[in-house]
Amino acid sequence: MEIGLGHYLTVSAIIFTLGVLGIFLNRKNVIIILMSIEMMLLAVNLNLVSFSVYLNDLVGQVFSMIILTVAAAEAAIGLAILVVYFRNRGSIRVEDINMMRG
Amino acid sequence: MIIQGIAFYVFAALLVASGVMVISARNPVHSVLYLVLAFFQAAGLCVLLGAEFIAMILVIVYVGAVAVLFLFVVMMLDINFRELRAGAMQYLPIGGLIGLILLAELAAVLGGWIIAPAAEKAASAPLAALGNVSNTEALGQLIYTHYVYLFQASGIVLLIAMIGAIVLTLRQREGVRKQNIGAQLARRREDVVVVRKVSTGGGV
Repeated sequence: MEIGLGHYLTVSAIIFTLGVLGIFLNRKNVIIILMSIEMMLLAVNLNLVSFSVYLNDLVGQVFSMIILTVAAAEAAIGLAILVVYFRNRGSIRVEDINMMRG
Repeated sequence: MIIQGIAFYVFAALLVASGVMVISARNPVHSVLYLVLAFFQAAGLCVLLGAEFIAMILVIVYVGAVAVLFLFVVMMLDINFRELRAGAMQYLPIGGLIGLILLAELAAVLGGWIIAPAAEKAASAPLAALGNVSNTEALGQLIYTHYVYLFQASGIVLLIAMIGAIVLTLRQREGVRKQNIGAQLARRREDVVVVRKVSTGGGV
């Protein structure tokens, strides 16, 4: 059978939903939350690439590369913040992150 | 055609399965490894679509950089993951509900949606017009001409992220005796060497 645009969009929709579900399931663990965000960005990238191919327009792939850049920067900064937070508090529990509450 | 279908279903099934394992593995190291597997499957899907450059970039950037960064952080921090894992199942109903709602919305959008016939003609950088150049070459011709400012801006984003990560994690430890080369070189003989007359038998 012919693999069309809908197949790819379905896969990326499932991956995106899994990312959202992962944020809810692992509410205490920041590392898994960051991984879930990466997975959601991966789903968005897949969407952009498949639209780019099926609409015959290369700009979607350029956009996908920009998203990839931002995702890498986000992961680096997020993990750096995580390391600093762990150094200060000795834990990464999300519930403990309320030091800046006014 | 049949091989393409089989490859798609294998990649898609492995992608979804490893996505499930990322959010449900007990050990975060396993989570990271499943994330790597998911990125590989996504790269396979991109190859299947004909976007080879994006696929290779996915492998290089995500697997080679981001996932290794995650692995380093997971292994470096001494965290009791069992404690973090406790009570995760109590969020399953609300999380599952929200996930189902989101999936239903996405399915509704996908179901009642068609591409306008004029959309293909509106493409600003059509694949076919570039003729028989490869995907990588076509992308290069695009990002170094029309999108060069965007390309430079993404470089600046990466630079700022790098500087930010270094600034965040660099620390000056207190009470550590380290060699200070500047202070050593700034010492002058007349400041530190004193010649004293010592009387015989008197001591200093």
